[in-house]
Amino acid sequence: MVRIYPVRSKALLVTRCLSLLACLCASLYTAAENPTPEEIGLNIARATDKRAQGYGNFTARQTMVLRNKQGQESTRSLRVKVLEVEGDGDKSLFVFDEPRDVEGTAFLIHAHKVEADDQWLYLPALKRVKRISSSNRSGSFMGSEFSYEDMGAQELEKYTYRYLRDEACGELTCTVIERVPTDRKSGYSRQVVWQDRDELRTWKVEYYDRKDAHLKTLTMVNYEQHLDSYWYAGHMMMVNHLTGKSTDLTWSEYQFRTDLNERDFTQTGLKRVR
Amino acid sequence: MRASTALCRAAFGAVWLLALIVAPVTCAGIEIADYDFSGSIGIEGRWYPEAALFPGQRDHASGFVLEPEFYVEDSAGRSFTLAPFFRLDAADTRRTHVDIREAYLLLFGGLGDHDWELRLGVDQIFWGVVESQRLVDIINQVDFVEHPDGTAKLGQPMAHGTLSGDWGVLELFALPYHRARTFPGRRGRLRLPLVIDDDNIRYESAAERWHLDFAARYSNSFGPVDVGLSVFDGTNREPAVQLDFTPGGDLNLVQYYTQIRQFGLDAQLTLGPWLLKLEAIQRAGSLNLPGREENYVATVVGGEYSFYSIFESVADLTLFGEWHYDDRGRDAPPSRAPGTFENELFTAARLAFNDVQSTEITASFIGDLGRSSHSLAVGLDRRLAENWSLHLEAIVLLGIDKEDIHYYTRRDSFIELNLSYNF
Repeated sequence: MVRIYPVRSKALLVTRCLSLLACLCASLYTAAENPTPEEIGLNIARATDKRAQGYGNFTARQTMVLRNKQGQESTRSLRVKVLEVEGDGDKSLFVFDEPRDVEGTAFLIHAHKVEADDQWLYLPALKRVKRISSSNRSGSFMGSEFSYEDMGAQELEKYTYRYLRDEACGELTCTVIERVPTDRKSGYSRQVVWQDRDELRTWKVEYYDRKDAHLKTLTMVNYEQHLDSYWYAGHMMMVNHLTGKSTDLTWSEYQFRTDLNERDFTQTGLKRVR
Repeated sequence: MRASTALCRAAFGAVWLLALIVAPVTCAGIEIADYDFSGSIGIEGRWYPEAALFPGQRDHASGFVLEPEFYVEDSAGRSFTLAPFFRLDAADTRRTHVDIREAYLLLFGGLGDHDWELRLGVDQIFWGVVESQRLVDIINQVDFVEHPDGTAKLGQPMAHGTLSGDWGVLELFALPYHRARTFPGRRGRLRLPLVIDDDNIRYESAAERWHLDFAARYSNSFGPVDVGLSVFDGTNREPAVQLDFTPGGDLNLVQYYTQIRQFGLDAQLTLGPWLLKLEAIQRAGSLNLPGREENYVATVVGGEYSFYSIFESVADLTLFGEWHYDDRGRDAPPSRAPGTFENELFTAARLAFNDVQSTEITASFIGDLGRSSHSLAVGLDRRLAENWSLHLEAIVLLGIDKEDIHYYTRRDSFIELNLSYNF
């Protein structure tokens, strides 16, 4: 669910983050400490990660419109539930509403910072919970242009970072960072990320495949601030440059700090999902 | 005969209906926070290309299936699910049947560091990890007329409580009513020379179908390992089929259900693209093929391995292999056409295209390692449009050993086409 996502800020942390940024900028432009591009990249990623913390949990609806080269469309509708886990990766639950033949099918992920994620699939026709392999990082999620690794939690530890440059992005100024997945099973050799300097929101990500060909571009728009702190993109467009296919992902019905808790993200909870 | 069956069914239906009425009434006055109506309707045609072995048997089975599902939830998260099932079959009147697959009230909550869940009513329970048979899975009766693979199950009335914590998940089941297995009628294929009587069901227990069965399961995960330990004490789900006479003096096949106790183990190790699986049971009290009581051990070991994004496409290929063993050997009664699972090898491949239509092709082969019985199954699944989906399959009985009881089904290879509208 594309925790590429929505860069979120936490009010309490804003001052600290701003001062960190100020330091970063100072060091960048005055070259006082001469931090390496890797250090700058990591620092920005850390600041982004910190801002994203503290949301607790949320539920939302995702609508995906899949388009092929000829412009034929197909729709996916699913509900997402996410629980923040302190000291580990987040827990996410995807429940499918459309297409109707997979209605009620649910997909549970316990993300981890370093080791492989744990994943379960619930098949409502058999009432079966099946633990599945999380090795399929680069596979397509529901036939869309989003892969499983795009949908999973973007934990800080899953990449190494390198600062490239600053450049204008619309009316804002963006920091451009390259990140390299640490997982050898990732489908990407690297990603290039555009984030605005004010709120650390991600506006664009370019994905390069294992042969370093420019595979996909993700554009994120319609940012909204939730809980007066966290910025989440309302609309995401993923374009595959090699196949000409694209997927538009729209987020709606965001609800934060609901009564979700750990028990909704267990195997017993998975059998209860609607 | 038929009247008594109808009466039994009416009584049974009344019990269910009562549950359906009582459940919502207990919720009466509670605000409905969420509801859902979904399901599918399908038309299905099955064709048996080879001439039937017994008089009366048809070369086709065609009709339609309706599976609606109703769901209501109140503001406290309590919910009620109702999922009836209807099948109409033009060839076999026994295959035309109605069932309540699910009708249960669901409550759950927290209790200190523990979570609890209670399901009351008719439900379906799945235990196990392997793909080619249901060994530890015992709560529900098999709806055998649906498909010889034994995947379809009849709804089982139960009280099902779950308690979970850091120490694992403990589930307890009380099962107050026994469902007899469904079998094909005179015009149906995949049967013995005589039709199995579904009016006079015999039980070892004096309580007959009302014997109160108990079951429990403990499950936990240890990193990449998932383990389940289960016990079942009550009426067998697999009937012993006994030869008898009708009051009119004709030969008759009667289902007989003994009291059994089964201990089960299921485990899965998830390692990268590997899933390694084990199921094992120890069962006491059931009858073997010669009709004597015999305690036995049976197991399935195997696994699956996935190749992702093969040939630089988005398609995945998964290979399966499973070995079945039953220590009764040749005395093991048949579980499913055409196998007895006494010493069999199952291999399969599934190609998932991961396209917009979710196209999947599967092929599986199951062969007896001791006898010359083996069969092939090929399937295709594809979404045709947003609401329409297609299922095509062929079961080819390549050969059945004369020593096998399934020799009677040797001409019952079939091709099936199912077109469903999902709402």
